[in-house]
Amino acid sequence: MATKVVERKPLSIWERSYLPQIVGGLKITFKNMFKPTVTLEYPEERPEIPPGYRGVPTLVRDPNGREKCVSCQLCEFVCPPKAIRITPGEIPEESESRHVEKGPQEFEINMLRCIYCGLCQEVCPEEAIWLQDIYSFTGYSREEMVNDKQKLYELGGTLPDPYYKWDRKKQAELEGNPHH
Amino acid sequence: MAIKEVSIGDISARGAAAEQEFQGEHLVVNMGPSHPATHGVLRLKLELDGETVTKCEPVVGYLHRGDEKIAENMTYNQFVPYTDRLDYLGPIHNNVTFAMAVEKLAGLEVPPRCQAIRLLCCELARVQSHLLGVGVYAMDCGSITAFMYTFTEREKIYSLLEQLCGARFTTSYTRIGGLQRDIPDGWLGNVRKVVDEMEPVLDELDALITRNRIFYDRTVGLGVISKEDAIAYGLTGPNLRGSGVALDLRKDDPYLGYENYEFDVPIGSTGDCYDRWLVRMVELRESLKIIKQVIDSMPDGPWYAEEAKKIFAPRKDKVMTSMEELIQNFMIVTEGPQIPEGEVYFEAENPKGLLGFYIVSKGGGVPYRMKIRSPSFCNLSILPKLVPGHMVADIPVILGSFDFVMGECDR
Repeated sequence: MATKVVERKPLSIWERSYLPQIVGGLKITFKNMFKPTVTLEYPEERPEIPPGYRGVPTLVRDPNGREKCVSCQLCEFVCPPKAIRITPGEIPEESESRHVEKGPQEFEINMLRCIYCGLCQEVCPEEAIWLQDIYSFTGYSREEMVNDKQKLYELGGTLPDPYYKWDRKKQAELEGNPHH
Repeated sequence: MAIKEVSIGDISARGAAAEQEFQGEHLVVNMGPSHPATHGVLRLKLELDGETVTKCEPVVGYLHRGDEKIAENMTYNQFVPYTDRLDYLGPIHNNVTFAMAVEKLAGLEVPPRCQAIRLLCCELARVQSHLLGVGVYAMDCGSITAFMYTFTEREKIYSLLEQLCGARFTTSYTRIGGLQRDIPDGWLGNVRKVVDEMEPVLDELDALITRNRIFYDRTVGLGVISKEDAIAYGLTGPNLRGSGVALDLRKDDPYLGYENYEFDVPIGSTGDCYDRWLVRMVELRESLKIIKQVIDSMPDGPWYAEEAKKIFAPRKDKVMTSMEELIQNFMIVTEGPQIPEGEVYFEAENPKGLLGFYIVSKGGGVPYRMKIRSPSFCNLSILPKLVPGHMVADIPVILGSFDFVMGECDR
């Protein structure tokens, strides 16, 4: 059976009296009165955020405190509303992570433009940009809504790194095998 | 209006003149673009004779963003978030339809698990959209209670989508050749729970509204669309099926493996507002039936097309550890998924009707031209024919029964 004509019968006299609807409606109302509430008292109660939630994009450091972003600008390129602006910079000679060579000099995400689509996190080849669980981001002015590099690292914090890509590279270099 | 001179003392002549002045006059009224019954920014230019509508002209375009032009300037994957904003009441279905259109052009077949997940998402989107559709329809007829109940259920689907793709509303879940990510552990169990909880609510809704005398009297015989008119004006979706035409692409031209699932296509008998309500209510139950079958038969295996190396970006663990995959990631992101030259039209049975994407590609990762056939736009085209002859107070009911969304209509 593929199609079926929807059942459509005229109201009976009993139904036309409107009494069954009143009784039925009240029954449903009373039943719902004793059900647990489905709403939250929002600012006091907070909803549970599932893992992998796409909240405010942030920048993260690896457990050694190294900033993971290498300023490849792939997120800046892919961002559909063009919310990200990166100025690449060189990592200074005296820095411990000199072998990474590049890092962001400036990194701005305009939260007035961001649509929380998560493409930046998806394309990032360093797992440096993460959409974490902040879902209500507010400010008093337009300038306040542009997250600069410092703010982004503050929001992002440190995430575990399963790869330690650059540490392995340094290790390989020290062992005389730079193209590991 | 020219002022007519009448002698002051002649009362009967004055009465006759006044009668003539007001009898023949038609009043032009704007309904919308910001009217609660127009579900967004639809504007109706109405010509009224008393309370009866003599002419109705829908004015659309208040939400026009130029999505089709925007698509020409970005890669296929970058356009996925924009498809969320077409029919934003069941956004995940738009993602799926768009991805499938591009895959059809690329001649790419996604693995069975990917198809099953997409199908599950489509049906969730249908339930989500219809729940809002019937809830708002009931609200337009004066029953806010029903809207509250349906929205409570809809909220649960939002939570499911939140677990699935990380966003409640703007899902952006599909990618060309696959998905954003696999379904999380235990998610199917959550879906099952929500579906089981939803059935009693639909029964409640039936008890509250479907056999309610006020709703019945308000909708029966109102806004009757004949079979011929429905076809002639290009209506699709529940609005077409309400008029008794059994067109459902899930049955007629199955995609995503719809042919493997057992479900019925409900059709109406008269094509009035009440029939459109009944069709949506039955479709809700049919969708729940499909969802249960998909959960029971969810296949294992890859959830993206692994062999399509130039279309679907490599996995993160590979990108982080291997040079080849890193380069490939850069190529696919910057140049877009490599789609061959050609033209394609693909349409799927969206909650609101047939959503179609016509894509012209000159090769590469960016469409040369894209046209979106949005069901709401086509469905609204019948208003000038349908509304005249009805009372002003019937318009919210007719509009409610159409369940359109302006984000998609104006795109």
